[in-house]
Order: sequence, then structure tokens, then C-alpha cells
Amino acid sequence: MDKKEHRGPPRIGFDTLSLHAGQTPDETGSRATPIYQTASFVLPDSDFAAGLFNMERAGHVYSRLSNPTNAVLEERMAALDQGVGAIATASGQAATHLGVCTIVSAGDHIVASRSLYGGTHNLFSYTLKRFGIDTTFVDPRDMDAFAAAVQPNTKLVFGEVLGNPGLEVLDIPALAQLSHEHGLPLMVDATLTTPYLCQPISLGADLVVHSATKFLSGHGVVIGGVLVDGGTFNWAGSDKFPTLTEPYAGFHDLVFTEEFGPQAFITRARKEGIRDFGACMSPMSAFQILQGLETLSLRMDRHVSNTVQLVEFLAAHPLVQSVNYPGLAQHPDYALGQRLMPLGVGAVFTLTLQGGRRAGALFIDALELFSHLANVGDAKSLVIHPASTTHHRMDEQALAAAGISEGLVRISVGLEDPVDLISDLSKALRSVEKRL
Amino acid sequence: MKAVLNGQVIIYGTGGSTLQAQRETLVFVHGAGFDHAVWTPMARYFARHGLNVVALDLPGHGGSDGPACRTIEAMSDVLSGLLDFLNLSQATIVGHSMGTLVALFMAQRYPQQVSKMVLLGTSNPMPVGPPLLAAAAEGHHAAIEMANMFSHSRRGMLGASANPGLHSFNAAQRWMERLPAGVFHADLTACNNFELEIENCAILTLVLVGEADKMTPAKAGQSVATQLSNARVHMLKGCGHAMMTEQPNAVLDAVSNFVLG
Repeated sequence: MDKKEHRGPPRIGFDTLSLHAGQTPDETGSRATPIYQTASFVLPDSDFAAGLFNMERAGHVYSRLSNPTNAVLEERMAALDQGVGAIATASGQAATHLGVCTIVSAGDHIVASRSLYGGTHNLFSYTLKRFGIDTTFVDPRDMDAFAAAVQPNTKLVFGEVLGNPGLEVLDIPALAQLSHEHGLPLMVDATLTTPYLCQPISLGADLVVHSATKFLSGHGVVIGGVLVDGGTFNWAGSDKFPTLTEPYAGFHDLVFTEEFGPQAFITRARKEGIRDFGACMSPMSAFQILQGLETLSLRMDRHVSNTVQLVEFLAAHPLVQSVNYPGLAQHPDYALGQRLMPLGVGAVFTLTLQGGRRAGALFIDALELFSHLANVGDAKSLVIHPASTTHHRMDEQALAAAGISEGLVRISVGLEDPVDLISDLSKALRSVEKRL
Repeated sequence: MKAVLNGQVIIYGTGGSTLQAQRETLVFVHGAGFDHAVWTPMARYFARHGLNVVALDLPGHGGSDGPACRTIEAMSDVLSGLLDFLNLSQATIVGHSMGTLVALFMAQRYPQQVSKMVLLGTSNPMPVGPPLLAAAAEGHHAAIEMANMFSHSRRGMLGASANPGLHSFNAAQRWMERLPAGVFHADLTACNNFELEIENCAILTLVLVGEADKMTPAKAGQSVATQLSNARVHMLKGCGHAMMTEQPNAVLDAVSNFVLG
């Protein structure tokens, strides 16, 4: 059906969903989402208990499987990402693993962008390979390369909305169409953009993963992840996805696509992956992430506006060889970024200084307001040297393919006063000039 | 499970039950735009409690062959034929929305096949607003959005699902987006054109009404109960039309109390 023109009743707005989706005050009247810090839940009677275990009843059994605090976060993220359900996980990495392993088994194959967070690259390159799952990495800008890499045993296409640290903008609509033409789902890591800047499901992706540690939380005090199911992919359209379309011996031969409609994937992920792999989120973490979500749009607007000012300053500085940010008109994906993310292309960028690796190291060490650490998406501005830290496990060839030069510095722009951030950058650059 | 009726494949779920002629049978009939999977929790519950469960995909929905029926009468004929095919002589018909009209018509045309009825969100007649019908006729996405919003209470739209991590409002939208072209309009047309003069229907019936139901308001459900001579009404406080997802445990309790006693 035509989705271009909205003429139905007004939808609930993004900010309202950020504050309210998934929660109604309970009988205590607590306006804030309560932290249900409990391992288990009392079963009211034996028939109700059997019903919970047999997927007849709605409710909670054990906090590895589900928890009321986590459920608020999960439903809120599903609302913001336009998904049919979500699962909160122990980390973003756990979300990726849960999503991938819900549909991919030994002997299967993944086609992935080669510009990925180092941990994801490692998972695909080495760890999943140990379990018989191969990955072919391709240039995220090359749709023909994605198509050429598809094999008969391919089960998944994977990319990041903004490559890390290359900051290539993934052409989600084009890649989704290509994936679907091959009968494959598209899973997208949207950590750097959050649902405020980019909603991959509405652009055609089927599954979304987030590291909730980053901008979703914004405070840098918690590790967490979220897997969101768009409910869009037709798993039963082929025999490629037996975990969803064939009887599951682990649950009385249940066939998920037959019994759970558009929620087949997320139900299997909860009934198998979070149960068996066990990488669940702590309710306290879910509460803390929810505090961040309440101000997501306000923070992201400020992150983006600060970033634009810093990038403008750096791009004009003589010691700066290049700045890589898709919000710059000279960036190869500028137009695509404007089209897919009109509210901004995030708050992470990279720069390369004249003077290579030594200049980069001097620059990082001279910064005072920017914190030198391995993270992005904090309220505080952050800086790191990817080649020696987040991506140090990649060999030279893989680093080059991912666009990570020896001198590359990655910056995650926080919410400080931009004048103070620019002052700190300026001072650090002067220090580099003196010492080179 | 699969049945072939006059060359047409009809898919149905059993909640895990193995159908046996001597057992009590519960038949579930979904509403416009949906399929048998909306009944999965309830189907599994009654199957575990020893009942035969048949939750069918009406023609054109879920896995069943099309074309979709354009009248409630045609849907009832399919259901009656399915019961015959399965050698199930009589059943409690549980319907939601459009499915309640199938139950009511079954009670009129095939009373020997209906032992009891459970009507979740019902109205007789069941008029469909002209803007919704027009949008569905065009195949415009607004039809899905309108139907989905009218089907949920404000709380249901914001979420707070009893099912952990599931966003029922968005799932309902996806369900309708999966429909083959023309099916949703056929469903809505069938509802809009249906009006039954109920005559002496004494079949024991439970009518579930949602206090916040905008699609089939509580008053309409209560009116259906008065058209029947042996019906009781159960009000779901604060509940919208999407009863099985907005208040799954309350709905299951009400149906269980009625069916199992």
C-alpha cells in the first residue's frame, strides 16, 4: 500500500514516545519506571505458571528471560524504531550476536560492510567463523559488491548506518531492496544515529541493533544493547530460515512463523537466544538507559549542532589534513546523508593531522576537555586513536580497507559549550605545531 | 495444519492439540486483516486444557488460499465446511471483531454446529466509516493506520504491553501490511454490508466489550447481547478493540471462566 502520503489520524510524536512508550504507572502510582531488581517473579498458581511457560500467559518468570523494567525499555525502543518488539541485552555486542544467531547457523554465510565497529568485525571475522559461519566483507558504498558476495548459503546482510570509523553513510533503501531481491533480511547497527536521526526500519531495514551504552543513554554510566525487530521480513518466503519456519525441538516443535506472525523473529530470539546465550540486561541498566531516552531528541540536536561547529573549525585549520564527516558538503555521502538523516548525520567524525601518527598522538595527549577513552556517545566529548585501540586487532589490509589510516583520530562530540570545545581543540593543535 | 476445501487450501492452528471427535471444540475466528496467529496464546491455553482447538486463516489471510470472501455469509460457509472436513460436529465459536459476525451468522445458518459463542468486540450491524472504506478501496496505507488507531486505546497506542518487549500496536500494523492486495477492503466491505436480524438465538454467549473500544464501542456490544436471549456481558476496563493484546490475561480469564467454568 502507498505509504508516502499520511492522511490517517495523527501519529504520536517522537518525544512523547521517548517519554511514555512502554510504561503506564502501576498500582503504586510511581511516575518513574520502577526498577524491578529481582531475579524471579512469584507465580500466582500452578495453572498460571504452566501458562507462562507455555506462552499462553503474558507476564514474567525470570529476569534473564524478561523483566518489567527491561520491558519498558524494550517497548520504548520498538516504538521509537517502528519495530514490533525488542530485546534489551547486556551490551550492543550481545544484541548483534543475539540477532545474528537467531537466524544464522553453522554452514551459513553473512555479507557485511567492511566498515564496522572493531568488535563486530572481530565477531564476524574470527569468532563466528569458529562456529562455521563465514562472512564476506564488502565496501559499504558498493551495492554491486554486496550483490556479488551473496552465496546460496547467505542468510543475512549487515551494515552500520554510519560506518565506524569510516563514517560512510549506508544507502539503506538501496541495500534493503537488494537484500530483499535476494530473499535476505538487512540488519543494521544504528548506534551512532539513534532512532531520532535515523529510523532504519522505515527506510527498509528489517532488524536494528544498538549499543545503548552510547547516545541512547548519553551519560556513559552503563553498558547495554537493544535488538529491534521490524516485523517486516517475510521469513516464510523461502526455506532459508529454518529456525523460524521449521518445528523447533527446543519448544515442543513450535513453528514461530506460523504462531507469531510478524513477531516471529523477536519471539524466537527471546525464547531461544536470550534464554540459552543468556546475555540479558540488568534492570538497573535498563532504568539508567530509560533516563537517557527521555531527553534523546534534545541531546541529539545539541550533539549535532556542536559537531557542525567543531567540524567547520577543524576543516579550516592548516594543521588538519582532512576531516571526515558526512555533514560536510565535500564528503562523498553528503547528499545521501541529507536524504536519509535530515536532522543530522551524528556527532562522531574523524580527522587526520599533518604529521601522521605522531601528530595524532600529540594531539590526543594535549587535549584537556576531551576525554581519551574507548567509547562514543557520551554527554562528554571523547577522543581516541582507532588504529591502536578500538580497531587494533585488524591487520593493515583490513585497516586500509576500512579507511583507517595510521594518523586517524576519532572524535565523539559531547554537550559542552562549543566555544570551550573549540578552544581546547585550538590549544591542542598549537601544542602539536610546536612539538612536531 | 492444512485442509483442502473444494480445492482451496485453508490453514488452521491447533495450539498444539490433536483433534479428537469426542472432545469439546473451540474455534477461533480472527478479525479483519489478521490471521490465526492472533489467537496463539489462547489456543495454546485451551489445547493444554484438553480441548480441540481450530484457529483458522480465513481465505486470503495468513496461509490460506484466496480470494478473500467478500461477505460474512461466505466466511461462515468456509468455517462450516472446515468443521465438517475435520469431523467436528459442534464447537464454541470465539470471534474477534469481524470474526464475531461469522459466529453470529453461524448461529443463524448452522445452529447445529454452534454450542456456545464468545464475541470479543462486536457490533450488529458493524458499519465501517466511509474514509476508512475509501482508503482501503484505494489500497492506501491510511486505511491500515486508521484501522490500527481506532483499534487501540490511548494506552494501547503508547504500549505498556503485558507481553514483555512486544509492541502490539506496531505488530498489528505489520500484520495488515502483509495482506495481499484487496483483502483488507474485502474484509471491511463484508463487515459494512452485514446486518443480521437475529431470531430467537438462545445459544449461550459471552460478549466481551472494551470500555475504550472505538471500533465497536461497548454500547454496541451490549446491544448485541440484548439481541441474543442467553448472553452475558463482560466489560474490560480501559480496554480498546485490540483486546487480545491490550489485556491478554483478562481476556483469557474471561474466556476460560466461560468455556471451562
